Amino acid sequence: MAALLSLQAVSKRYGAVQANAGIDLVVDPGSIHAILGENGAGKSTLMKLIYGVESPDAGVMLWKGQPVNLASPAEARAHGIGMVFQHFSLFETLSVVQNIALIVPGKQADLARRIRALGAEFGLEVDPEAMVHALSVGERQRVEIIRCLLLNPELLILDEPTSVLPPQSVARLFETLRALQARGMAILFISHKLEEIKELCDTATILRGGRVSGRVDPRGHSAKDLATLMIGRAMPPPLPATAQDPGEAWLELAGLSYRNDDPFGVSLHDLSLQARSGEIVGIAGISGNGQQELAALISGEIAAQGAGLRMMGQGVGRLGVAARRRLGFAFVPEERLGRGAVPEMSLADNALLTAHRAGLVARGFIRRAPERAFTAAIITRYDVRTPGPEAEAAALSGGNLQKFIMGREMMLDPKLLLVSQPTWGVDIGAATEIRQRLIAMRNAGAAILVISEELEELFQICDRLHVLHKGHLSPSLPVAETNAEAVGAYMIGSAA
Amino acid sequence: MRISFVRRDHASRPAMLLAPVVAFACAIVASVILFTALGKAPGQALYSLLLEPFLTWYNFSEVLLKMAPLLLIAQGLAIGFRANVFNIGAEGQLIIGAIAASALPVWYPQGDSALMLPAMLVMGAGAGMAWAAIAAMFRTRFNANEILVTLMLSLIAAQVLNYLLLGPWKDPHGFNFPQSVMFPDAALLPILLPGTRVNISLLFALVASVLAYVLMRHRFAGFQLLVGGLAPRAARYAGFSEARAIWLSLLLGGLAAGLAGAAEVAGPLGQLQRSVSLGYGYSAIIVAYLGGLNPLGIVVSAFVMSVIYIGGDNAMVSADLPVAAVWVFQGLLLCFYLAGLTFIRHRVSFSRKALP
Repeated sequence: MAALLSLQAVSKRYGAVQANAGIDLVVDPGSIHAILGENGAGKSTLMKLIYGVESPDAGVMLWKGQPVNLASPAEARAHGIGMVFQHFSLFETLSVVQNIALIVPGKQADLARRIRALGAEFGLEVDPEAMVHALSVGERQRVEIIRCLLLNPELLILDEPTSVLPPQSVARLFETLRALQARGMAILFISHKLEEIKELCDTATILRGGRVSGRVDPRGHSAKDLATLMIGRAMPPPLPATAQDPGEAWLELAGLSYRNDDPFGVSLHDLSLQARSGEIVGIAGISGNGQQELAALISGEIAAQGAGLRMMGQGVGRLGVAARRRLGFAFVPEERLGRGAVPEMSLADNALLTAHRAGLVARGFIRRAPERAFTAAIITRYDVRTPGPEAEAAALSGGNLQKFIMGREMMLDPKLLLVSQPTWGVDIGAATEIRQRLIAMRNAGAAILVISEELEELFQICDRLHVLHKGHLSPSLPVAETNAEAVGAYMIGSAA
Repeated sequence: MRISFVRRDHASRPAMLLAPVVAFACAIVASVILFTALGKAPGQALYSLLLEPFLTWYNFSEVLLKMAPLLLIAQGLAIGFRANVFNIGAEGQLIIGAIAASALPVWYPQGDSALMLPAMLVMGAGAGMAWAAIAAMFRTRFNANEILVTLMLSLIAAQVLNYLLLGPWKDPHGFNFPQSVMFPDAALLPILLPGTRVNISLLFALVASVLAYVLMRHRFAGFQLLVGGLAPRAARYAGFSEARAIWLSLLLGGLAAGLAGAAEVAGPLGQLQRSVSLGYGYSAIIVAYLGGLNPLGIVVSAFVMSVIYIGGDNAMVSADLPVAAVWVFQGLLLCFYLAGLTFIRHRVSFSRKALP
């Protein structure tokens, strides 16, 4: 059988960075082909070349045996290549169906019906009339997947598609993908979840440092082997063993409610939880169920209505962000550029953003030497790959910037740390490191609240879990006494 | 073929420095075309506009005199512009500052107290701040756009000035001209350069430039303003108060403009007149942007702009240019500079296909 897509010695360079070097790749029809690699290994660049977003500097791309030179994604789609991006390409000011109608031909009313049908079929429910700006990250990804499926592509590229789905829906998505495969569609599946790749994919191409470091049938290899091929060394050591007795409650929500004035936003109803010194509490759930609102209420970015929010033993409902931070609160937000960091500013200035209380400001003057030293300390201790403190935040990869922001907040030595999506888009090596640091902080006596869509991660690091679904919080579920299915039932609202 | 602008990862620093120079050259070329079309001799016009201000000590001293209010106001405005707080009403804050400063000499035309002048400057600066504070309050309390509020307040300020000069403050011995009494010596700023009209308000402007530099480069408060301008959500995340940034920006802008107004009536004018401003409040916006919103750059752009002011006055006489020609030249300068900035921050991309 002829290959559907074949790349021969494809290379791409951005300035000083050789993102792809001499990559060979063969995708057969009806194959689910995994692309594995750490952050910065060149996966995204390779997908952009295949999807016509970028043009290769060297090498040949054959589509059904014919050389092609794709100048744009529109050309790629015309050939039958569809892609779901990890970072979304939707217009925020348009509704879901309007966004889809920009690319998929057809009347909007028909499209809306098809969107609902696909949503129901694949567990990708989304309101076709909702405005995209009001959707969470997770919901936006669902829109992207639906938009691709509507075009019936011959090759579907999925960039980390399962990261926002609950376990039940992952299983259903896999069924869908297998059904598509049975119809002869080829799928390029980018993921760092090794177990998923073993379960779903029949071929895996592994990238490291812009080059192919292995081609295997993942079904015949252990997750450990795959990880070793991917990171070029043995897996990071397992996480330190759990648990000690938790101490004082440093975060208490007692019947906290929040009425969202945004018609597409989520209101929170009567939330109660505690995070005590020496424990990690997880908030599971698909994003768009009130995670953004909960994080902003705790951080103080939106004002809480009424009492019911206490931090370090005091009511903080009336305190602003800065006052809460002075009590020993630190926060790593979900959005790194534009919220956790100022893209145009240097890393040193981005350290100053929240670490100014760590002796970086004296009598209103910025102290440049301590600022640089603090930034350099973050860079070395948290293994941030960057030329130095003067590099702009926007120049860092997502994973590196996450390590930087994480490091900045942890170096403030907070009593209470709130982390939203700690390892989103972060490679497996760095993710393990971040989780270990969180556990080390917990062991040192901090109270940590982690909001994450990755159930696997929450089970690894948390002592207790709550599930947030449609603005309601499940009871506290000790991790030792629950399992993914039980949590998944809360995530889709079907628990008793 | 499709042409689009793609944001560059890094704006080149040499290009940033070169942009005002290129804009200046383009403005000259465009105005040559314009002057020729008007039937004026372009050589003579440019000579008057750009060279005559340097040819005599008197002309050059007039450049320095004009530079003082432009520089002072532009430094105040640039702070707000960096924080995305757009005070467009420095003209009104200047007029109100001039009115408040004039109150003392109008009420005490024979006054000779040494405290008169300092009191006038404080009143002028305070009144400018108060005028800008109205916009700050509307913005923070009612979320009213500060661009519109400050602009409308300028029109009100001009009417307050008209009312005073046509009514209660009109000089009774002034042959019915709409102007106040001449101020006593105790109400006038000391001359800085003997034999010229340049007074110590130029020093105020230079001190303000140093303070603005320190604020934006070395003070944490200035850093907070920058963050608010570049990434408002990061400012909220870090706990930097948006209301505080709005108040600080508008108050500093109002202070600078009010002080400039006081220095005009206590300086070259020596009385309150209807033409107290000559559009300094608006020109200072151009000065701030031409200087790249950078305190050092603004010193240069304020100088260039006052050369154009003085040159324009000359050109009206010696090259018979209409007064509007000077405004057009200023406008061209700003347009070319902003266009240049666009090319520095973005690159033009040509792609073969019509659709993404």
